Amino acid sequence: MASTAQHRLAYGLLSPTLVLMILSGVIPFALVVYFSLHDTFAGEHYIWVGTTWYEQVLGSTEFHAALLRSLGFSILALAIQLPLGIYIALKLPVQGLLSKLYIIIFAIPLLMPVIVVGYIWKFLVLPKIGLLSEFVALLGWNYDLNDPVVVWITLILMNTWHWTSLVVLLCFAGLRTIPDAYYQAAAIDGAGRWAIFRHIQLPKLRLVLLIAGLLRFMDSFIIYTEAYVLARGGPGVSTNFLSLELIQTATIQFDLGEGGAMAVIYATIVVVVAWLFFSRIIPSQSMKSQEDT
Amino acid sequence: MNQRFSIVPVFYLAFLLIPLYWLLTMSFKPMKEIAGQLTLYPKSPTLNHYQVIFSDSSWYLGYLNATIYVLMNVAICLAAAIPAAYAFSRYHFFGSRSLFFSLLAFRMMSPAILLIPIVQIFSDLNLIDTYIAVALAHCFFNLPIAIWILEGFISSVPAELDELARIDGYNLATYFRKILLPEIAPGIAVAAFFCFLFSWTEVILSNALTTIDVKPIGAIMSRVSSVFTANVPILSAAGVLTLIPGILIVILVRRHLTRGFSMGRVD
Repeated sequence: MASTAQHRLAYGLLSPTLVLMILSGVIPFALVVYFSLHDTFAGEHYIWVGTTWYEQVLGSTEFHAALLRSLGFSILALAIQLPLGIYIALKLPVQGLLSKLYIIIFAIPLLMPVIVVGYIWKFLVLPKIGLLSEFVALLGWNYDLNDPVVVWITLILMNTWHWTSLVVLLCFAGLRTIPDAYYQAAAIDGAGRWAIFRHIQLPKLRLVLLIAGLLRFMDSFIIYTEAYVLARGGPGVSTNFLSLELIQTATIQFDLGEGGAMAVIYATIVVVVAWLFFSRIIPSQSMKSQEDT
Repeated sequence: MNQRFSIVPVFYLAFLLIPLYWLLTMSFKPMKEIAGQLTLYPKSPTLNHYQVIFSDSSWYLGYLNATIYVLMNVAICLAAAIPAAYAFSRYHFFGSRSLFFSLLAFRMMSPAILLIPIVQIFSDLNLIDTYIAVALAHCFFNLPIAIWILEGFISSVPAELDELARIDGYNLATYFRKILLPEIAPGIAVAAFFCFLFSWTEVILSNALTTIDVKPIGAIMSRVSSVFTANVPILSAAGVLTLIPGILIVILVRRHLTRGFSMGRVD
């Protein structure tokens, strides 16, 4: 166990971080909680209303629908992007110029402002003049942006385009940590490609896949800008995700109480899922040695 | 492992590049060509849209504004994250694990959740439409990332080095400057890269916290898009220009990129 002097030093080193996080994160979140427990008229006087807003949000069918849409979107994104990312990483050349080139180009979509990602895909599916919509028309299908299924497919394609590289890069790095001796041993045992993947590569990828899963879940679950640029929640409400619903309630209707309750519920889901991943990522790693000492 | 040439990455490369190619062609096509019919490449390429951006301060200042607050954010995050990451890496203090997780939890929160109170706080502080407001607001998601990445890098520096430095009479500040920082230089570069990335691509908060003088390019683009179709080519050109800083930096930190994405924990 560390001494008191060490404690003091540790907190001293942490103090700039704590001040910044309190200003930009803790106080704002405390205010959201405060809003969610009060009713207000134009932000002037606050009247305690207990859990009224929570009951209203949790009982609202629009909220349930938005939550289901967001969860569905995240699950679809993970189900497509994790296997695809692993597969591509397995097929990447290990070294050489080509390998370097792939990695640089793969990273480009990750570096784009989300709003630009939205525009790119919007331009790809413009009726009559979009590359993707016209290509699909050439195959004899109608790329109908009034069809919720088509819009969902476009959003998933966009998200896959934007983020699969993250999984690829992580898995590529994870695969590099496997010593050659493992593969030699597998070759002596006459292990097939699947056996190598199942018993050597996949176990080694466990940690990077957890990190990839965590980051992909979070970023798809909070998707806002790209989805808004592309579809504005439509057609109808078919792509009205949780964050769109939240921004709509909090900033456009300026409904602080309801928006606050929604934000707190939203944050709770995020934190619980993050914890599930985190508790599997960290104990196996550096913090473990500290817990032991 | 021996590997044969695989076509799979080539397909993926094409999937990534075609949409980028489309953005690029759109930015060089005159409006008439876009509205007319689908053309696979610009038949009569023009630089007009780029000219508009470079000659109109309400456009090009958007890039400058974003660059300024992003660089401020990177500087603030690194200055706070380096000592914090060192504390997490070296000391097992009370609450260290839950504090580490709480930081991560903030990284996971959508700007949408904290939007209203953040705008209120910065307007109470009279900081609306200033660079520092956006730079500080972006800390809640960037600072945890920077700490997490740096903690991984610092943990790979043997703690014996700390001991040796102390025996040699270095105090903590000299130790940081002379030994630790050069050791973890790649980690600092990667952390800076990720702070840059997330601050540069964020638009909800940076739009809400700025009104006139400090409007970043993303917010300018979203305002222009309300009269949509007429602006396809200029939005494309503006979009192409937003790619440049990211591409430059990725080439610089390429070797350490994957380690950064995994927050310093690859194996």
